[in-house]
Amino acid sequence: MFRHVSTGITRKKLLTGAATIIVGAVAVATQPNPAQATEELNALVWCDHTDPALLAPFEEKYDVKVNLKEYEGTGAGLSIIEQSRPGDWDVFVIDGVDVHRAVDMGLLAEIPADALPTSDIFPEVVMAENNVVDGKTYAVTEKFGYNTISFDKTKVDPKDMEDMSVIWSDKYTGRIAVYDYYLPVIGLVGLGLGIDTADLGTDDMPAIKEKLFAMKKVAKQVGEVVSSQTALATGEVDILVGGGEWITAVLSEDKPNLDWIIPKQGALRWAQSIGVMKDSAKPDLALKFVQYILSPEGQSKLATSSCYWGMPANAKAGEHLNDAQKAALRWNDQAGYLKNSQLYPIPDENLDAQMQDAWVEMLQQ
Amino acid sequence: MAAASLEDQENRKAWGFVTPALLWTICFFVIPFIVMTAISLATRTGREIVMAWNFDNYITFFEKAHLLKGLFVSLEITFTVTIISILLAYPLAWIIAERVPQKWQRMALILAVLPFWTSYVVRSYSWLLVLAKNGVINNTLIWIGVIAEPLEMASTRSATIIGFVHFFVMLLTLTIYANLVQMPPNYRRAAADLGANGFQVFWHIVLPLTLPGIMVGAFLTFVLCIGDYITPQILGGNNELALPQIIMLQLGRRADFPMAATLSIVLMGAVTLAYIACARWLKMERT
Repeated sequence: MFRHVSTGITRKKLLTGAATIIVGAVAVATQPNPAQATEELNALVWCDHTDPALLAPFEEKYDVKVNLKEYEGTGAGLSIIEQSRPGDWDVFVIDGVDVHRAVDMGLLAEIPADALPTSDIFPEVVMAENNVVDGKTYAVTEKFGYNTISFDKTKVDPKDMEDMSVIWSDKYTGRIAVYDYYLPVIGLVGLGLGIDTADLGTDDMPAIKEKLFAMKKVAKQVGEVVSSQTALATGEVDILVGGGEWITAVLSEDKPNLDWIIPKQGALRWAQSIGVMKDSAKPDLALKFVQYILSPEGQSKLATSSCYWGMPANAKAGEHLNDAQKAALRWNDQAGYLKNSQLYPIPDENLDAQMQDAWVEMLQQ
Repeated sequence: MAAASLEDQENRKAWGFVTPALLWTICFFVIPFIVMTAISLATRTGREIVMAWNFDNYITFFEKAHLLKGLFVSLEITFTVTIISILLAYPLAWIIAERVPQKWQRMALILAVLPFWTSYVVRSYSWLLVLAKNGVINNTLIWIGVIAEPLEMASTRSATIIGFVHFFVMLLTLTIYANLVQMPPNYRRAAADLGANGFQVFWHIVLPLTLPGIMVGAFLTFVLCIGDYITPQILGGNNELALPQIIMLQLGRRADFPMAATLSIVLMGAVTLAYIACARWLKMERT
């Protein structure tokens, strides 16, 4: 009743095939594989740290697997920490202006000042007033850049971009994207109204709200990093409010038509800091990671990360960057840019709630 | 005595079958729902959640126009998607059930649900590329001379609706098809023998008999669509926020769990109302 069905595979072929698979599996298994590293490090980061080219040298050197969780905006980061157990995270990348907030919440550990290459960091971005609390260093600036206006110089008049009011004028209606992060964009709108970020208060919110709504009226979309960058790169929009070198530099080779500018009213300067979590079970390894990120090699890779580019905080990173990369980052123009830019607003709880409400209201317009 | 014992035995057996499902529902629905309701009655002070046991969050929801609008945006999108999906799915299911030879029907159904096999997120991003200013549709229309300037389709409510409809037409096709193939052909023949024309047969016989399939599919569409976050986020361009997007903002940006719980309860309320309407209608149909 049983029929023999030939599969066309001889025993010899079967054995040869099996042997090949086993040899292949053994070869793969014996390759250095971070997934099988002896230790693991958990870092809560911005997306630029997720570039494998950045992590590989550290993982190989210390035989460690770095597990990353990326987030956008300090509120989101703190929300993730609140939903985690103490000790879940070893390293925390945070907006430079929010380091105090994290220290007040008891999240960051003190870092020995002599363990960091502070003297190599551009003096303007050391930001001791942010990274140091009561004389103790809790974080260190690792990268910085600008939230300003990115644009396609072949499709808009670059002269128009020199004035912040272009973001709410109707000249480019339907051709503007807005980066979906309330702090820098509200800061930019404030600058457009002549309000310094450090002075921004609840009294300014009605005027800011009015301009936000006007901006939304002429904008085509409000999106996070990827969708904003895609919209600008694909020609879906010609202007990106809140953009900067971090949006255009990574595309500099393929899209030389994309440019960015700091308007006459100024721009927002973002600076990201990195620190070791207070409850980390591996503080030494976490510190080594911080030191690697701050090293010239780590800095050059972080500056040119596949997610977004930005100026490295360590001036010595320049030795590892080529001329084209430096040109895309505007390495030689930083002195002027630093002078004409301000840090993010640091709202208290009440102002932060008002800003977020205004942002959601704007989105619903 | 023996009958009672047999009844007890049957009861125990019934409970044995029901208990796992009951435990599952209690653990993964009832308890989380109670916790979520309790959290919705709390307030967020600083970064602390304080149990206030009041309805402040609900009052805030109805007071703040931009929050309330989220519910209306969700409802408008959901109703539009449900209606368009039914209008497209019915003819498709009809063609598969009535016009496609039986031996090809399985293949036709597989083709109809083929888009299910791709990731939901990838499918949404694909639609973004299709609808973009330089996307397939605009380029084609410009190339054949129908339009001179690209149409604004991406990052609009229409884009969100298109993305949803693409997905839910497949779902509705399956539920309607299941009804159509179960319908004995004799009903239509009898109606025709009694003098009904094609439209009358459809209107008085076929449509009423397939309404349960439509209602079940419509309810599933409603539930899945109103709670979806990904499609409006990717295709809508954040130009208006549906309720799930506002819930995500409360969680992701503000860690405001009480308000997120409140909005979730409101969303559940909308789904419950839709369920009650659907269940009542189906019950009425049966009586």
